[in-house]
Amino acid sequence: MATDTTVRRWRRNPSLLAGAVILGLLVVVALVAPPLLSGSAETLTDDARLGPGAEHLLGTDAFGRDVLARALVATRLTLLMAAAATAASFVVGVAIGALVHLAPRWLRETCLRLIDSAVAFPSLVLALVIAAVLGPGTGSAIVAIAVAGVPGFARLTANLAATVADKDYVLTARLLGVPGPRILTRHVLPNISGPLLVLLSSSFTLSLLDISSLSFVGLGVQSPQYDWGRLLNEALPSIFAQPSVVLAPSIMLIVTGVGAMLLGDGVASLVDPRTRGTAPAATGAADAAGPATPAKESRAPQAPGGAGATAGTEPDGLLTVDGLTVRAGDRTLVDDVSFTIGAGRIVGLVGESGSGKSTIAMAVAGLLPEGARANASRLALGDLDLLGTPPGRRLATEIGIVYQDPIGTFNPALRLGAQLTEVARTHLGTSRRQARRDMARALADIHVTEPERRLRQHPHELSGGMLQRASIASAMTTNPRLLIADEPTTALDVTVQAEVLRQFRRINREHGTAMLFISHDIGVVGVLCDTVLVLHGGRVVDRTTGRDLRRGTVTHPYTRALLAATPAAVEAGATLSAVRWTGDTTPAQPDGTPPDGMPLDGTPPDGTQPDRAPLDAMPLDGMPPDGTQPDRAPLDAMPLDGMPPDGTPPDRAPLDAMPLDGMPPDGTPPDKAPLDGMPLDGIPPHGTPPDDLSDTAADRPPAAEGSR
Amino acid sequence: MSAGPAVPAGPLPAAAVRRAPGLRLGGGWAGFAVRRAGGLLMSMLLLVVVTFLIVPLLPGDPARAIAGTNSSPATLAAIRERLGLDEPMTTRFVHYLGDIASGRLGTSFRFDTPVADIVSTRLPYTVQLVIPAVLLSLLIAVPLGMTVGVLTRDGRRRRLGVAFGTVAGLLASAPVYVVATLLIVLFSISLGLLPSGGATTPSALVLPITALCVGPAFAIARVVRQETASVLAQDYMRTARGHRLGSVRLHLRHALPNLVTSVLTLSGLVLTSLLGGTIILENVFTYPGLGTEVVQAIIYKDYPVIQGIILVVGMLALLVNLLVDVVLGIVDPRTLDGGRRGH
Repeated sequence: MATDTTVRRWRRNPSLLAGAVILGLLVVVALVAPPLLSGSAETLTDDARLGPGAEHLLGTDAFGRDVLARALVATRLTLLMAAAATAASFVVGVAIGALVHLAPRWLRETCLRLIDSAVAFPSLVLALVIAAVLGPGTGSAIVAIAVAGVPGFARLTANLAATVADKDYVLTARLLGVPGPRILTRHVLPNISGPLLVLLSSSFTLSLLDISSLSFVGLGVQSPQYDWGRLLNEALPSIFAQPSVVLAPSIMLIVTGVGAMLLGDGVASLVDPRTRGTAPAATGAADAAGPATPAKESRAPQAPGGAGATAGTEPDGLLTVDGLTVRAGDRTLVDDVSFTIGAGRIVGLVGESGSGKSTIAMAVAGLLPEGARANASRLALGDLDLLGTPPGRRLATEIGIVYQDPIGTFNPALRLGAQLTEVARTHLGTSRRQARRDMARALADIHVTEPERRLRQHPHELSGGMLQRASIASAMTTNPRLLIADEPTTALDVTVQAEVLRQFRRINREHGTAMLFISHDIGVVGVLCDTVLVLHGGRVVDRTTGRDLRRGTVTHPYTRALLAATPAAVEAGATLSAVRWTGDTTPAQPDGTPPDGMPLDGTPPDGTQPDRAPLDAMPLDGMPPDGTQPDRAPLDAMPLDGMPPDGTPPDRAPLDAMPLDGMPPDGTPPDKAPLDGMPLDGIPPHGTPPDDLSDTAADRPPAAEGSR
Repeated sequence: MSAGPAVPAGPLPAAAVRRAPGLRLGGGWAGFAVRRAGGLLMSMLLLVVVTFLIVPLLPGDPARAIAGTNSSPATLAAIRERLGLDEPMTTRFVHYLGDIASGRLGTSFRFDTPVADIVSTRLPYTVQLVIPAVLLSLLIAVPLGMTVGVLTRDGRRRRLGVAFGTVAGLLASAPVYVVATLLIVLFSISLGLLPSGGATTPSALVLPITALCVGPAFAIARVVRQETASVLAQDYMRTARGHRLGSVRLHLRHALPNLVTSVLTLSGLVLTSLLGGTIILENVFTYPGLGTEVVQAIIYKDYPVIQGIILVVGMLALLVNLLVDVVLGIVDPRTLDGGRRGH
């Protein structure tokens, strides 16, 4: 078993293999060459300065000695010196780096500073100092290079040990009273051996090349001994007369360098699981595994299944997704998904991670990762065909995208202003100044303080919530027809989540922007969306409405399981990962009717709290998840608002209809949950649009609100 | 780039400075200057101590080591007198410090001329190799590595990736003196195009500079390629792709700035080692720089010259490091807060 995995590892790691083979051959040469070739390498003959020929492959030197033989015999001394120097710097350096952590604080700090300072110099400088002290010679070259290598090992060990020393298992050992040296040898050193190994292999080459360079300039090995550096040194004076003499030692040095580099690369990728192949995550690997999928696969016209799948979604779709399938290599990430989004509507995609919801969003946006390909019988935003190569300008301006992780989404090296205004400047021809002014106003509208200054800042200077609001504002600068929000609240604190959700609701209300809203949080989706598609394993397993989700009147067992697995249920012992839907054994019903006898694991007995709105379970609201207010819209758990209830039963329950103010449930099940009761801007949730919004409200498409 | 006040009024704690709004940039640079000045002093002290120790560390009697075993008592006494070997170590160190501070580096045993003169004659020759080599290395490495990185992203063009990896790996790991020797064989001997030594004509600089920058250029190019691949996989590059920019703008505006930090951090290391390479390389071309002189001085035990040259080369290395840090601070202000940030 162990050998099997070892073999496979080596096979998957060609540079490790090649490097090991090259260095292995050198070791063989070092062992074999001296006894076999010493004669021709060291016997003085009259055949001086012969050119390359049959008898002497690379010719002879001034004393009639075979050049190739000398280079091969020199391998032993060269490798031995390098090995000795590397071993010495490794032992001393690791000891210093590790022991530093046992020293009292002032001594430790001083030593660390000293090590840092030493590393700042080229290693050759230190080597020259030692060479000067000890005088030219083999031994002094080894010592010089060994000493020069110590700071590198010491610093790496000290730095690694410092990171490991903070780890829980070391702290635990310390608390248990394990003595310092034992912590070092038992807990710290084994855990930093990987990077040390990488340094060891690269250090060996460096030592070899550095010792050779000392010999080369006459400070290392002295005649009659010879290593590769010395051979090169002796060849140099006669280089014009006999240039071929430099070849043998040069080739040996280069081959060794390459071998050690390959070995170093191999060890590095062996030690670091992130490197090679696995780095571009699943898609890259899948792509590499099977790029056989035909690039353009024209689908047969939709079968009845497709037609059925479209049922239950909006007519006259702005966004039409029909029979969307996404494949990466031979894996199918999204399988025959169809839906439409009408103007001004919000469609939610919900499902566990890996269910394909984000892939659908990125397929719509044309931002699928490398190796993933989308096919569909139709994928269009109005008159814009998203399947071909739509003009970048239209894509950039008509589809706004808000991503999951606001911190990773922004380019850390660029100022916010440049990033947020880029689309407007590039595609709308807006001047830099105008774009910044617009952006500052947009930021102010969403309560970002000091917008002008924010534009001059770098992303790392802002909080995640602020970045996400900026990202929403930026996505809206071109007044897109469709806003794609890919888990926009997942990376945020719960309180910040609420504010961000409010922004989406406001945008939808004020601009009538259609939205594709992706979340794994079924509660959030229920609050915001008109229509909700429940995904599992890349397929739509249920279609429902936000209203049904909020009321808990969903019928499909998987959806119910998802609902049951919201935080309230988690407290009761169920977890989301426990929701197992064996969709493969029972084909999904496109219309959402639960198949009879649907196998469903890990679901608590249902029907006990059928009407509970999922977001009651929001952890911060302090509400008992008791289900006593069945029709309450979930987001009323929002702690921020404190708005007085306006008494008007809203078409969409206002956010401010809030649990904490003791407002009785109005009995009218809200059609949508109420995000528009923006607490922070003091705007009354309903009726008259506030003054500062009236202009946008005027050109709001009628479909945006109250169409039911 | 507007640099804030470089020298702060006092050792302000970096965190306190960072919190004051409006003072950010200045605060960042102030903290940087304080930290960096401390590190620089430490390194210089280390350099001075190490070069000072060369003579006391000589095995046996330093005077005898210098003069040779068969020298007369009078010669030994003269050497002791000259190097102050009879004085206590601390006194000698204080004198050494004072001499360095006032620019005196002692007198060469061999030439009986001030070391300062020797160094100042030879330093310009070394600098005129190092600076072009540094610039060339970066000018080759960054565009090359980035282009290959973009072309081979996500496992595309596997063959190009392998070919580049092999060739660049070979050139990056070939030692500078071997490259120089082979360049001489090729261009001076076989083709007869370029001189193989000296520093009299500009053409004499071509081979040394080329030999000097081949290794660093390809070593850095390999890293640039790797970093490009990892930057292209970042979320913010997807955002930028969502902005539907042209390929040039996408990569130069969004990817390049994120490479600069790690590439420069690494370049600092590569470029200081280039300084060490110069010392060896000069011996191939019998080039009249510091490298040939220091090797001769070691062979002939001319300790004042050794000390002087190592001091100067060390200072050059510190200067390169400082420059890299300053440039890093300008391009990526985050590095001001906590030293360099690598990959």
